[in-house]
Amino acid sequence: MISTRRRVLPGFAPTLGFTLFYLSLLVLIPLAAVFIKSAGHGFDAFWAAATTPRVIASYKLSFGASLLAAGINLVFGLILAWCLVRYDFPGRKLVDSLIDLPFALPTAVAGIALTALYAPNGWVGSLFAPGGALAPLFGEGGAKIAFTPLGVLLALIFIGLPFIVRTVQPVLEDMETELEEAAASLGAQRWQTFRLVVLPTLLPALLTGFALAFARAVGEYGSVIFIAGNIPLVSEITPLMIISKLEQYDYVGATAIAVVMLIFSFILLLAINLLQAWTSRRGARG
Amino acid sequence: MSTALTVSRGTRPNYQANPATRETRGVRWLLLGLGLSFFGLFLLLPLVAVFTEALRKGWEVYFASLADEETLSALKLTLLAAAIAVPLNLVFGVSAAWAIAKHDFAAKQLLITFIDLPFSVSPVVAGLMYVLLFGAQGWLGPWLQAHDLKIVFAVPGIVLATVFVTFPFIARELIPLMQAQGRDEEEAATVLGASGWQTFRRVTLPNIKWGLLYGVILCNARAMGEFGAVSVVSGHVRGLTNTLPLQVEILYNEYQFAAAFAVASILALLALVTLVLKQVVEWRASAATSKEAS
Repeated sequence: MISTRRRVLPGFAPTLGFTLFYLSLLVLIPLAAVFIKSAGHGFDAFWAAATTPRVIASYKLSFGASLLAAGINLVFGLILAWCLVRYDFPGRKLVDSLIDLPFALPTAVAGIALTALYAPNGWVGSLFAPGGALAPLFGEGGAKIAFTPLGVLLALIFIGLPFIVRTVQPVLEDMETELEEAAASLGAQRWQTFRLVVLPTLLPALLTGFALAFARAVGEYGSVIFIAGNIPLVSEITPLMIISKLEQYDYVGATAIAVVMLIFSFILLLAINLLQAWTSRRGARG
Repeated sequence: MSTALTVSRGTRPNYQANPATRETRGVRWLLLGLGLSFFGLFLLLPLVAVFTEALRKGWEVYFASLADEETLSALKLTLLAAAIAVPLNLVFGVSAAWAIAKHDFAAKQLLITFIDLPFSVSPVVAGLMYVLLFGAQGWLGPWLQAHDLKIVFAVPGIVLATVFVTFPFIARELIPLMQAQGRDEEEAATVLGASGWQTFRRVTLPNIKWGLLYGVILCNARAMGEFGAVSVVSGHVRGLTNTLPLQVEILYNEYQFAAAFAVASILALLALVTLVLKQVVEWRASAATSKEAS
């Protein structure tokens, strides 16, 4: 052997070969098909199909509600992760295991459960419906949650929550208490310590969790369609637009919207990779 | 997806006994109140709702809805799709992790990113891809039709869509685990004359078994619960291309709420079993780690 860096372990060629073959066949070629199909229809057809008023309204709802849901989860996910790591309370382990429920529960089940809860005759929805206990807060007619954009927001909060908790929790567990002790001994108030010492350490994890929750929410379908009501221009999400185009055999339209969503996913995936690299660099330095 | 197997590192520091890491009682109660209310409202309540809605009309109606012929055939298809998707992705996951973690080559990071792709693609777009490839209007559509083969709006399409959405689960679990474990043990075995297969079975496999099981559990849960991707490729042919989640949708849209929630409760039970198994694997994995450390 002349090469100084020999491969000691066997099986490189067959395992890498199979990996590349399987990946290309199931993921890369089908994904490429979407772009090639869309390119085949020409740019004008793509642009016309991807920017109809109904589709634009769906982008606004999907991206807006996903951002808002990820933002709400950022706050409450951090609070939950903090409680799970820092406090002892009865049922802590149970709460900890159930945080992953949105990962494990099929989205269609989550969708009909949330609809049953937040519909005007549901447990929570009836509180806000006319005659309900909380309805007067919203004026004469009360407030409607399910079958409005608010319902979409609730479903997206449900599926996004574990992303924030599960990215922040391990960082919080690994954080040494010395830094906080140093801050306290130098006279910092608890809130100052949190804001100036703890929060900056958690920042990369928080942003990663936010991006993961946002990415998942934009593409989410099952948990949303039941509660959304799917009113054109009001509560239709982008994935639903693809389905409705497909049902009308409008393949050009469906493909154009899919291309928009894929480009967006790739940009977010890149951002998430950069954020995760940042998180692990932070971890290594600490 | 942030679902990596987490192994706890023994005892937790007592944060509330340390004045430097302690919040006042008021702040503590406020945070616990906010966090747990949010948890109750968004996670616990929907879970409770599934079971109460399912049993609203009593056990008799509940079991009758489950014994329905279409529900049973949906159950069969769900099991079939998972029984094909999980082993395929298991073989892929192990082989990708072996290539990536135990060898050096260029563009490794790019390959890992590609393996992650299915997580960032909307399930609806995933279904659409296969319709564009195999549908009547698709590239292979005319050829398939000429040979009397059906992929989209038939069982193979459901299986394909399921394989796609569960693609990264096992690989994602194994790659970081095997990278962290290094290559020394395998290299020693090889130098001592073990074949590649022997090395894998006797040296690598015992080290990765908990991570592997963890990946399989998550992969299976998603395979049985997938809705969006399967919905696009299924064509909703009753009794033929319906999986359990699609059956939930059909029953719900027909206002058969008790039946829809009965089927949903089976899927919710599956989710709870998944969470319990996941917890058990985490305990066993950390027990194994601490035994090794001591």
